[in-house]
Amino acid sequence: MATLIRITGDWDLAEECAQDAFEKAFKRWSAEGVPNRPGAWLTTVARNQALDRLRRRANETIKLQEATALTTPSDPTDPNHDPEDIRDDRLRLIFTCCHPALPFEARIALTLRTLTGLTTAEIARAFLVPEATMAKRLVRAKHKIADAGIPYRVPPTHLLPARVTGVLAVLYLLFNEGYSASSGDEPLRKNLSEDAIRLGRALVQLMPDEPEAAGLLALMLLQHSRRRARIDSEGDLVALEDQDRRRWERDEIDEATELLDVALRKGHVGPYQLQAAIAECHAGASDAAATDWVEIAGLYKQLVAIMPSPVVELNRAVAIAMADGPAAGLVLVEALADARELQGYYLLHAKRADLLRRLGRSIEAAESYRLALALTGSDAERRFLARRLDEVTSS
Amino acid sequence: MKYMLFICADPDVKLTPEQEAEASKGTESWVKEMDGRGVRLQGDRLRPVSDATTVRARNKEVLIADGPFAETKEQIAGYDILECADLDEAIEVASKHPVAKFGVIEVRPFWPF
Repeated sequence: MATLIRITGDWDLAEECAQDAFEKAFKRWSAEGVPNRPGAWLTTVARNQALDRLRRRANETIKLQEATALTTPSDPTDPNHDPEDIRDDRLRLIFTCCHPALPFEARIALTLRTLTGLTTAEIARAFLVPEATMAKRLVRAKHKIADAGIPYRVPPTHLLPARVTGVLAVLYLLFNEGYSASSGDEPLRKNLSEDAIRLGRALVQLMPDEPEAAGLLALMLLQHSRRRARIDSEGDLVALEDQDRRRWERDEIDEATELLDVALRKGHVGPYQLQAAIAECHAGASDAAATDWVEIAGLYKQLVAIMPSPVVELNRAVAIAMADGPAAGLVLVEALADARELQGYYLLHAKRADLLRRLGRSIEAAESYRLALALTGSDAERRFLARRLDEVTSS
Repeated sequence: MKYMLFICADPDVKLTPEQEAEASKGTESWVKEMDGRGVRLQGDRLRPVSDATTVRARNKEVLIADGPFAETKEQIAGYDILECADLDEAIEVASKHPVAKFGVIEVRPFWPF
């Protein structure tokens, strides 16, 4: 009974459910025999019924919870304001929105809808879908949470690592949607990066002991700090080595550096921390020539060890090319040419083309640039590759 | 909350006798554990889809055909009915079923009454 009362806070309900459990036990055990742990069986059955009833009651109040939980800034002068409660609720909401049982697109939409001030229409525009489509996506997700019994809670310790990874993946995807938007695009789309950073900050505040949350925020800040230098006046992409570093936002870089230092000191290195450390190497170099590529290559080696993927191997090859020369990098890139995951990945061909170009092998470089052009989807990237192709064919 | 588990596997994938025995024993202990926890209400193994029949009633005619209704690679090999606190518990129970290692388990909530 105590368990039921603690869980439900409702004495009447607890009593009813206990009674029902006893009745069920009588029926089932007469037919099948008493289970090994009858006490546990009874508690489980009664608890589940209680939760069922509460959930049905709560369905109506979920809308209210969502409306108040995170979008309204908490008011410290409100006598009912309990920072602990609100903090816990915000965390519950993030994990619920990012539950793996929800379709990935729905996790992103729901996170935006419930954790930022964006309307359904605004989110639809940001993701270039009709408003009705986005509305349906959100409604289905909310129904699934209620109908499938997705619990509204911070996951228990044994599930937390995987779930945190999931939340970070949603935030990083949001960031990249905004980051890859070009100047002609819907402004709401570009703002997704800022929304992601804001959510990242909230998450770091809510989970101060989770270094990967700080790692992701640092990574996003470092990439974001380059926004004014990475697109030129025509809306074309500027390669990292050609960017005007005076246009990088120093205070964002400083904030990221501080976050990363604290995170790394915890001694639980993870993929976001490593990627942030790599970005920090670039941020700390006064110009492209001053970049510590040996350090970067070392960081990629660590990254490959914990996150083995051909894409990461490719990036490592590029770093080694910078540290040890294009020939060394090319050997590694060629070794990746057959990787299944990289087929159709335009950067494989673009990077290979780059290394061939630097080795003076223009004809082969041109061939690789053409392959890359055939595979890339973005206009800005296409223009960039076309220029490179021009360089190697006009000499 | 009540959940249906559809235990699905590719019938064309032949298991070795050792794998069969392991899956069979594993299922037995899974059933025992979940029954004991009070999360499994009932369940059963089904005959293969070659024994299945589809039935439709259209225009006052009863249309009967051989075989499963779904033309999928994986077919339903059995079912279990669970009573769990929430989806996370149902997922945990499903993940421990031996077929989860090589097949797929669909977890579907019952329509609330």
